[in-house]
Amino acid sequence: MRHGQIGDAAFRSLTFAATLALAALFVALIVALVLGAAPAFRTFGLGFLIDQSWNPVTEKFGALAAVYGTLVASLIAMLIAVPLGLGIAFFLSELCPAALRSPIGIAIELLAGIPSIIYGIWGLFVLAPFLQAKVQPLLIALFADVPGLSLLFAGPPYGIGLLTAGIILAIMVLPFVASVSRDVFAAVPPLLKEAAYGVGATTWEVARNVLLPYARTGVMGAILLALGRALGETMAVTFVIGNAHRVSASLLAPGTTISATIANEFTEAVGDLYTSALIALSLILFVITFAMLAAARYLLLRLERRSAK
Amino acid sequence: MKQAKILAVALATVVALTVPTRATEISGAGATFPYPIYAKWADTYKKETGIALNYQSIGSGGGIKQIIANTVTFGASDMPLKADELEKNGLVQFPTVLGGVIPVFNLEGVAAHELVLNGDLLGKIFAGEITRWDDAAIKAINPTVKLPAQAIAVVHRSDASGTTFIFTDYLSKVSASWTLKVGVGTAVQWPVGIGAKGNEGVANMVMQTRGAIGYVEYAYAKQNNVKGARLVNKSGKTVAPDASAFRSAAENADWTGTPGFGVILTDQQGRDAWPIAGATFILMHKRPRDPVAAAETLRFFAWAYANGAKMAEELDYVAMPASVFAAVQEMWARDIKDSSGKAVLSPSR
Repeated sequence: MRHGQIGDAAFRSLTFAATLALAALFVALIVALVLGAAPAFRTFGLGFLIDQSWNPVTEKFGALAAVYGTLVASLIAMLIAVPLGLGIAFFLSELCPAALRSPIGIAIELLAGIPSIIYGIWGLFVLAPFLQAKVQPLLIALFADVPGLSLLFAGPPYGIGLLTAGIILAIMVLPFVASVSRDVFAAVPPLLKEAAYGVGATTWEVARNVLLPYARTGVMGAILLALGRALGETMAVTFVIGNAHRVSASLLAPGTTISATIANEFTEAVGDLYTSALIALSLILFVITFAMLAAARYLLLRLERRSAK
Repeated sequence: MKQAKILAVALATVVALTVPTRATEISGAGATFPYPIYAKWADTYKKETGIALNYQSIGSGGGIKQIIANTVTFGASDMPLKADELEKNGLVQFPTVLGGVIPVFNLEGVAAHELVLNGDLLGKIFAGEITRWDDAAIKAINPTVKLPAQAIAVVHRSDASGTTFIFTDYLSKVSASWTLKVGVGTAVQWPVGIGAKGNEGVANMVMQTRGAIGYVEYAYAKQNNVKGARLVNKSGKTVAPDASAFRSAAENADWTGTPGFGVILTDQQGRDAWPIAGATFILMHKRPRDPVAAAETLRFFAWAYANGAKMAEELDYVAMPASVFAAVQEMWARDIKDSSGKAVLSPSR
């Protein structure tokens, strides 16, 4: 009896210690980031967030170009990956012949296992030249006369840039959206689907009105997972983003993201202000990711409440 | 008793195996500009003496940072540090080779060295003022070249680079608006273009992107078969980049008169001088933390000065004149000392 009690107590305190250690590490990380970023914010104030300059010579730094690049590249990635991923998930769970279901599923999941630097190399040596030679001139010519979109697709075709980075990110996060959504769709009770088919709903109507609402939480989680990866992805983006500290209206122009900036410049950041500016960038990325997570949870909560009524 | 003996033997073996036997290795980091020749020297030196050189080609900015932080035995930089910076960080500086920075381009149908540019045009292209290859100004000095109606894709360095320093220094001397608009430095705020990492990155990016223009150290252009352009120098002559043009640029250099041998060789007067030439420098601490490693490093460079000239010429670098070598050795004996005040390497040769 006493033996069991001691074992129990030990188990409880060990697991508690592990959790506490993790929480302490998290807090320590935030404190380190804030302390490191303090000199930059003290020198530049909150204007750091909306300043586009990045000049190591005159020591004038601003986060706007990096933040803009991060948000736009992730947005492009989500715009491509979410519809594609949901489509793949739906195909795999509903329409796919049983024999193909497993191989296709495994292939999608293998995509997630490929190291990101390989995506970067592939993007630089295969995708970028292809885009430069075939796709980008087409886009530029196509939208040259359209008043608003011509700004979005302007400039010399470099091959690398925001659009290319967005496409690579989309390919990287697609498996997350697809496989998590597929699992969630598969968990929808067949009774609901059969009932809908029974009253004459088409496949599309079943997908839209039965599967998606039921799997809402899971799909939201999948999208969040994908977004988190897209925001923080470093190596693949560094290869193809073009490393230009500028905010350009054009998607074909080179830009930079927060992680690409830090990866490129941290080893040679001479001077306290330069290093502090880079740490400030990572703090901003942390806040962005946190804010996205919080917003998504809040959205989910509201959806749950509304559906419960 | 027997158990204790076995334990003692085992312990002794473990201790003997784990005591680090320090194989002499010289560590350095910095400029990508001289990396090809340093790699060649290191390889040959290792074959001759068995001592390895570990050089990380991370850019001049990284090299300066690492030597100041004392994480490497020597730092390499194409941008010479000024006398007050050397003094502040307790460093000495000496040159190893000369080379040239050349503009490289990627245009279909235009051969290497067929394209001619001058400082003013280069400045305007890299500042984003000239955006197309068939611009009237470029056509004016290239009357016979078939220039396509293509946008110019500018490629520059994304990391802190001595090559960038040499290039921007040249542009500031020949282009009035450059200093105001961009300035000189190892990392500047480029108005246009994409950034690539290292000389290798720029060479690669130019090779891959049609209509691209960039700037690389000559050895990289030669080794990667990227097309270089000719330039109009200060005397008005159009010169092609090669070792004799680089040597011409260094004719009037005052090595011993400049503190830290920090001579800058851009836009020199010589008739056949290449406009964007530069030397590359080694930085070491006056009081090195590891005098043994420092002595090995100095022996390596002494060997390179004495035996490495031919290898340097093969890669189109220019070796230092013998007078400079003598002055550098004198400086080593005078300035680089260990904690007891004795010179780390006494001049034996």
